[in-house]
Amino acid sequence: MRLFFLLAALFVSVSAFAAEPDELLDDPALEARAQDLDEHLRCVVCQSQSIAESNAPLAKDLRILVRERISQGDSDEEVIDYIVERYGDYVLLKPPVQGNTLFLWAFPAAALLLGAAGGFFFLRGSKKAIAASAPLSADDEDDVNRILKERG
Amino acid sequence: MTPEIGHFALILAFALAMAQSVALFVGARGDDAGFAVFGRRSAIVVFALVAIAFASLMHAFAVSDFSVVNVYENSHTAKPFIYKLTGTWGNHEGSMLLWVLILTLFSAVLAAQGRGCPRDLHLLTLGVQALVIVAFLAFILFTSNPFERLIPAPVDGTGLNPLLQDPGLAIHPPFLYLGYVGFSIPFSFAVAALLRGKADTVWARLVRPWALIAWVFLTIGIALGSWWAYYELGWGGWWAWDPVENASFMPWLAGTALIHSVRVVERRDAMKGWAVLLAITAFSLSLVGTFLVRSGVLTSVHAFAVDPARGVFILAILVAAIGGALTVFAMRANSLSATGAFSAVSREGALVVNNVLLLVACAVVFVGTFYPLFIDVLSGDKISVGAPYFNMIFAPIASITLALAAVGTLLAWKKGDLPASLKRLIPAAAAALVIGVLVLFLADRARVSGAFALALVVWLVGAAAIDIAGRVKLFRAPMSDSLNRARGLPGAAWGAAIAHAGLAVFALGAAGISLWKSETVVLMAEGSTAEVAGYEVTLQAVEQFSGPNYAAERADFIARKGGQAIALSGERRFYPVRGMETSEAAIRMQWPGDLYISFGENKSGNGWPVRLFFNPFVHFLWLGAAVTALGGLIAFGDRGKKPAKLRHRQPKPVAAEAAPA
Amino acid sequence: MRRIVFIFPILVFAVVGAFFAYGLTRDPSNIPSQLIDRPLPEFDLPAIQGMEKGLSTEDIKGEVALVNVFGSWCVSCHVEHPVLMELSKAGAVPIYGLNWKDEPGAGKAWLDRYGNPYDLVGDDQAGRVAIDLGVTGAPETFVVDREGRVRFKVTGPITEQYWTNTLAPLIEELRRS
Repeated sequence: MRLFFLLAALFVSVSAFAAEPDELLDDPALEARAQDLDEHLRCVVCQSQSIAESNAPLAKDLRILVRERISQGDSDEEVIDYIVERYGDYVLLKPPVQGNTLFLWAFPAAALLLGAAGGFFFLRGSKKAIAASAPLSADDEDDVNRILKERG
Repeated sequence: MTPEIGHFALILAFALAMAQSVALFVGARGDDAGFAVFGRRSAIVVFALVAIAFASLMHAFAVSDFSVVNVYENSHTAKPFIYKLTGTWGNHEGSMLLWVLILTLFSAVLAAQGRGCPRDLHLLTLGVQALVIVAFLAFILFTSNPFERLIPAPVDGTGLNPLLQDPGLAIHPPFLYLGYVGFSIPFSFAVAALLRGKADTVWARLVRPWALIAWVFLTIGIALGSWWAYYELGWGGWWAWDPVENASFMPWLAGTALIHSVRVVERRDAMKGWAVLLAITAFSLSLVGTFLVRSGVLTSVHAFAVDPARGVFILAILVAAIGGALTVFAMRANSLSATGAFSAVSREGALVVNNVLLLVACAVVFVGTFYPLFIDVLSGDKISVGAPYFNMIFAPIASITLALAAVGTLLAWKKGDLPASLKRLIPAAAAALVIGVLVLFLADRARVSGAFALALVVWLVGAAAIDIAGRVKLFRAPMSDSLNRARGLPGAAWGAAIAHAGLAVFALGAAGISLWKSETVVLMAEGSTAEVAGYEVTLQAVEQFSGPNYAAERADFIARKGGQAIALSGERRFYPVRGMETSEAAIRMQWPGDLYISFGENKSGNGWPVRLFFNPFVHFLWLGAAVTALGGLIAFGDRGKKPAKLRHRQPKPVAAEAAPA
Repeated sequence: MRRIVFIFPILVFAVVGAFFAYGLTRDPSNIPSQLIDRPLPEFDLPAIQGMEKGLSTEDIKGEVALVNVFGSWCVSCHVEHPVLMELSKAGAVPIYGLNWKDEPGAGKAWLDRYGNPYDLVGDDQAGRVAIDLGVTGAPETFVVDREGRVRFKVTGPITEQYWTNTLAPLIEELRRS
């Protein structure tokens, strides 16, 4: 583990000056595509940074590779596939929808639905409770007092 | 000698805290005053002992006592004095000591402030707090002793990570810890409430200020961290959804839910089990964050050097604290039944919706952050979940939450009138629509998302303004009357309106930089000019100079646009002790957006690679965060109403008229 | 019904806690190679400055061998180097070197100074072959079988202990099959 950090320290220079001018493509449309891809590719040596943000040499090599493939006419998917073939799903900062990420992708919607259902049943219950409660409870009295206080 | 004093004080604090926790739990059961007094006073003594330990470690840093391993590994004689001091917490051991210092400080304050708190609740809360202190002192003493000696002492230290030699990062951890650790008090109150089988409006009134102040500190801490990342890391971003960032964001989300739901308990004596669970969750997530950062289960650039033994110990603390609290919850939560009721359409109802959304947001961040770990454990596959995923999932949830926050504050407590509230919001809706349409036609990029984002901002600010205007009867009563009402308005109302407006301001910053950032990357020589967002930027000169403990290169730029000339300069620093480089971006904060320039090394000799950014509205991120924190602070100042029983003895008011609540 | 709801949080935490505990035993930085059981990617690298022969995929076929990614700039490679030297002296296994992203001449100077454990060394200055191999850092070592398929990858330096406990038995097994 210690050794890994020694190793990592070599790559992680913190003044993250990433893409250098000479790497960039002249065609702004292609360069925009390349930058978008950069942001989706993980710098494998730097821990949770994209290659767009990292100045690690390997990140630079990958940026150049991305631009080379794009210039050769690869589609975004083809570029991604090319890199995934070499580094695995680990390089994708937005993981693909597949068997082992099904839970990840389904969770937000499921959680929202579950939360909505929970909130709904809770509030329906409270509605019944209020119907059953006395017309002027201590709470109401509290409110009257508070309003009076607010109005000073 | 001083380090030994510190070490001894720490051991003493550990022993005393153990005795204290026993005394408090015994004291809470009976009427014996002796145990209670001992328990309460011990809280203050334990704090004093930890303060002595902390001071002696700081002293070792101040005088560069390299016979202490920690000082040797994290300091250097050539370092500026202020960073020698802040270096005390710029490492794992010292930062844990700071964590415990804050923990014991909060305990001491709670011990001294027993008035208005039922005796058994007070003692039980302090008792739970003492157990947490025991756990963390054990962690420090057994796995992370900051006072370990190194004999013979080396001549000089290996220096502090240059990244930490920065004002932003020096004060960011204390605020963050004040937030994390601050949630320990609501946690202890929650466990105490479960143990005594009673949480009521009094309980909520006691918890709310603690939850609020912790939340305010955490808000400031996170904002400082993001501000630091923005100006120091030189990539023009402000939030990367890094695991360590997420570790601070999750307790914030849970804490936000807590400060809202605890209001319901306070007003209506309902949702008690839920509020208790949230109080446990907020601190649990703080602990999980500590585990994440210090155990190496998800390594990250920010993480302190990791050690498996520490990971195991923190996990044990996690299991004891969270597992213990949730077990008590499972056994006792049933006893916390609601006495008050409210209609679904009411402020309480809106707060339920708020809590559902915030908790879903929190769960989404949690699942995303730990998903790589889950998959690794289950199948050995390595996958990543990064910014593109979080941005995509989080933005809609946050937008819905903010949009609904506007409606919630206008609903009356107990039973609201939704059509009437929506009617009051018509001006805000109209303004939002106008802005949305304007953006749709005028923006050069990101029209649709930009229109939505800015409409949301205006909607939220508008709603906050309408809320306050309605409460003070602005334009409906004489101005002097309105001013009087404004003064008399409860802090909670002001706080909510201001915090919500702050979130809107923050959202404006987030939308600006993510939707309309302009970026140019060029190679520049001295005298050459580049263009970004209509600015002609000239690299005036680059010069070398030496700082106190670094060599640096400074670049001076002039940016011109329509007769206006802005001078700004950035630096690249090289710290020889650590062999590390840092950058100070050249930033001009201005309306409507920041000019942000970072530059790299002149490797080829043909010039410096320069990245020029124009970041529209970006400063609103931190302004918004500051306003949000201010709102929390104002709400903190509002101690709520007196307990119901006391008030019933007061003379009854003569007349009451209906008023917007 | 209410009871079950109250038990839910502790159940969630139990599951999460179990994952955390197991996660402590895993190294998040150790990314598995995509090449395992796949043929070594085709490459034909020139020699490093100062040496005559380069390295190509063809050179590596026919015998169980190690392909070691190194650079003179790499601190951990210094740690690993003596172990490789011993293996080479003992003739334990052919070792091929991939000199990754080194300045021209630096690789040769390094080998001259500390000894050359490699049968052949290829110069990957552009880092393209390293990317084809899915290399994330140096040193990394691939174990290649007789058919030229990658069978194992070591991330980080090979220590003597690691050789004896893991690599030697593996190579023995590959030779027998």
